[in-house]
Amino acid sequence: MVEVRLWSSLSAAAGGKTTLDIQAKDIRELFRTLAEQYPGLEPFIAQGIAVSIDGVIYRDTWSKELPEGAEIFLLPRIAGG
Amino acid sequence: MNFDPGYAARTFKSVGTRPVRPDGVDKVTGRARYGADFNMAGQLVGSILRSPHAHARITHIDTSQAEKLPGVKAVITAADLPDLTGGNSDMYDILDNCMARTKALYDGHAVAAVAAIDAPTAAEALDLIEVTYEVLPHVTDVDEAMKASAPLLHETTFTGGVDPKPTHPSNIANRSQFGHGDVEAGFRDADVVIERAFKTEQTHQGYIEPHACVASVKTDGTGELWVCTQGHFVFRQQCAALLGMEVSKLRVTSSEIGGGFGGKTHIWAEPVALALSRKAGRPVKLVMSREEVFRASGPTSATSIDVRIGARKDGTITAASATLRYSCGPYTGPWAMLGAMTAFACYDLKNVKSVGYEVLVNRPKTAAYRAPSAPMAAFAVESVIDELALKIGMDPLDFRIRNAAKEGTQSSYGPVYGPIGIGPTLEAARNHPHMTAPLGRNQGRGLACGFWFNFGGQTCTDLNIGLDGTVTLAVGTVDVGGSRASLALVAAEELGIPYAQVQAVVADTATLGYNDMTDGSRGTFSTSMATISAARNAIAVMRQRAARMWDIPLDDVVWEDGHAKAKGEQHGNLSPLSVKDIATAAAKTGGPIAGHSELVADGAGVSFATHICDVEVDPETGATRVVRYTVVQDAGKAVHPTYVEGQYQGGAAQGIGWALNEEYVYGADGRLQNAGFLDYRVPVCSDLPMIDTQILEIPNPNHPYGVRGVGETSIVPPLGAIANAVSNAVGVRMTHIPMSPPRILAALEAEQAG
Repeated sequence: MVEVRLWSSLSAAAGGKTTLDIQAKDIRELFRTLAEQYPGLEPFIAQGIAVSIDGVIYRDTWSKELPEGAEIFLLPRIAGG
Repeated sequence: MNFDPGYAARTFKSVGTRPVRPDGVDKVTGRARYGADFNMAGQLVGSILRSPHAHARITHIDTSQAEKLPGVKAVITAADLPDLTGGNSDMYDILDNCMARTKALYDGHAVAAVAAIDAPTAAEALDLIEVTYEVLPHVTDVDEAMKASAPLLHETTFTGGVDPKPTHPSNIANRSQFGHGDVEAGFRDADVVIERAFKTEQTHQGYIEPHACVASVKTDGTGELWVCTQGHFVFRQQCAALLGMEVSKLRVTSSEIGGGFGGKTHIWAEPVALALSRKAGRPVKLVMSREEVFRASGPTSATSIDVRIGARKDGTITAASATLRYSCGPYTGPWAMLGAMTAFACYDLKNVKSVGYEVLVNRPKTAAYRAPSAPMAAFAVESVIDELALKIGMDPLDFRIRNAAKEGTQSSYGPVYGPIGIGPTLEAARNHPHMTAPLGRNQGRGLACGFWFNFGGQTCTDLNIGLDGTVTLAVGTVDVGGSRASLALVAAEELGIPYAQVQAVVADTATLGYNDMTDGSRGTFSTSMATISAARNAIAVMRQRAARMWDIPLDDVVWEDGHAKAKGEQHGNLSPLSVKDIATAAAKTGGPIAGHSELVADGAGVSFATHICDVEVDPETGATRVVRYTVVQDAGKAVHPTYVEGQYQGGAAQGIGWALNEEYVYGADGRLQNAGFLDYRVPVCSDLPMIDTQILEIPNPNHPYGVRGVGETSIVPPLGAIANAVSNAVGVRMTHIPMSPPRILAALEAEQAG
């Protein structure tokens, strides 16, 4: 079980919850479980969500493990120049 | 990914040196081939008809006279680019921007295009196309566009990110919010609160090379595209999707690039060139004029930003908030969101809130520009930080150091920071001789910090060992700032061979696996990671070959200093084998030798910089001259320090232009008034001092060599640093970018008038 924190726009789509407890061992499981438990998040997941694990931002690595006790923060997928 | 990207301290031999770049001679002798330098047999000239109206419904287009003109081989409109986007709104916006479908949404919006045997014929054909418009009210100002009374760009835009969903459409496409704590409680704890409103005008990336491409679509459904781009693989995906082509049947080759800075991460004319070629049955070259580049490609947002920051007299910030309104052009984007995320990222704040509004206006579609959206937010925040420090009687640098984010700080955009470099850049600035240099009459000094995320992404490289032992490194990220030299250094480092033995090339889309766009400061970060991985794979093969050549167990072969060496006393008589030795024998030991790598380079690590700027302002004319400028930034590890310095200097130079001169000027008719480099003035060498740089190297724990991206952060602090310097020089707080002479004079006159 990991504690996942949401940025505010995502929080609104998750019924106002800013923190979710999710059973997931990696990013893929996290997205799958989030979509199942909070269908309102699906459009955001489809559009792309970045996952910050202890301050390091991952955009594409499904297999990245979510360590127990790590700070997991969901962020919008950002653009660069 | 069978590769450990973790940092390991090491002593470098090649990385950190400054060899000459492989593309340098071609570029200074005119031999390098840019977008417009490629030609195909039988190619036609493509040209685009653009809307003269800021907002107009297209009621009819008659192309019949143009089609009859001798020498015209194809005329297209939106009808020739049918909607194949399948409900993907992002792709639909790209399609609509490439060729207006029902409405022209800005001055310069493409409405039709021709392919003809030469440029005069193409121009004549454009004149013969009759477009009937129903001119609509327009809005170009970001604040005006937010008003309920503003002309609507789209009846279907309902503000996202708000609950409940609005019942009326508006030009506010989306709202986003970031932060934590209780800002109102924080402001109540403050001894001093500063609140100000700021504006920044729209600027263009100003790349010297315009958009250019040559497209060829054949009757068998295959196609080729030679194009100036920051990401030929992404261009292939998007063009193929819009044209209804199979991705593998479109081969895209990136040319040399005369600047991109984010503006060449978007497709503009390429689908038009492909559609023209498909219709004409011949290759089509399409080169945008400078006027077209300004009117119809990549400006950044114009903004309107309110910032409020409170602090106690001891120098502790108690609360900070900002409302950021960013223009997006006619299509929504993430621009205000990025401003809201980055605005306060440099600081350790217990109570912080930032709200962003994406605002649609009748201007060209906003494109990424180097750390997109962060410079404007930093300008507003760094201005208030300076003013607040002075108000409580504290040195602005000390005030920043006191409140700087550090490891363990919850960032304003959410996550807790790991090891970060804002503190070291501030300390380095404090110790820099620039900070204590005397100032002359009418001169002022300013300081500002900046933040950018950086990211990595999908990356693929091939490292091929030639039969003579030289190495070709094929990469898929475009060389926007010397990366071929940097990546050759990395390959040389890993293999243990001289730099001159490695040739790095940018491969086309048919010869290498997919690579993401070269953006987000990812080119050297991501591709060096993949290069290290590919080199290690090649070394593994070469160890196997050496073991076969020696007929000894693989475990007895190690790789050291560019050679396979047999370890153990029993092999004492075996001389080390060089790459050349192993390559020469390759035919008999298993065939060609190569190392490949496909990976997702995540973990780029956030980036910080601190800039110091001295300006001199002529109080009679309002003209500002930058007399000294210093950039301090963390590079993690500078692979090729000269090109890291170049990135620092380039970002500062662009920021100086943005801060002092550059702006899109629209008339009351919604038409761009200054679509050329004479009237839109970017800084030239004589406008700039030598920009001093200081590279800090705080290793990124998520890269084998500790590398961080360096391409974008350097444009974040200049607007704030220069605004603080000018404000200190003239004694008036400057709140509107650019601080052009008329604006400075107006501010001085307003101050004198009380």
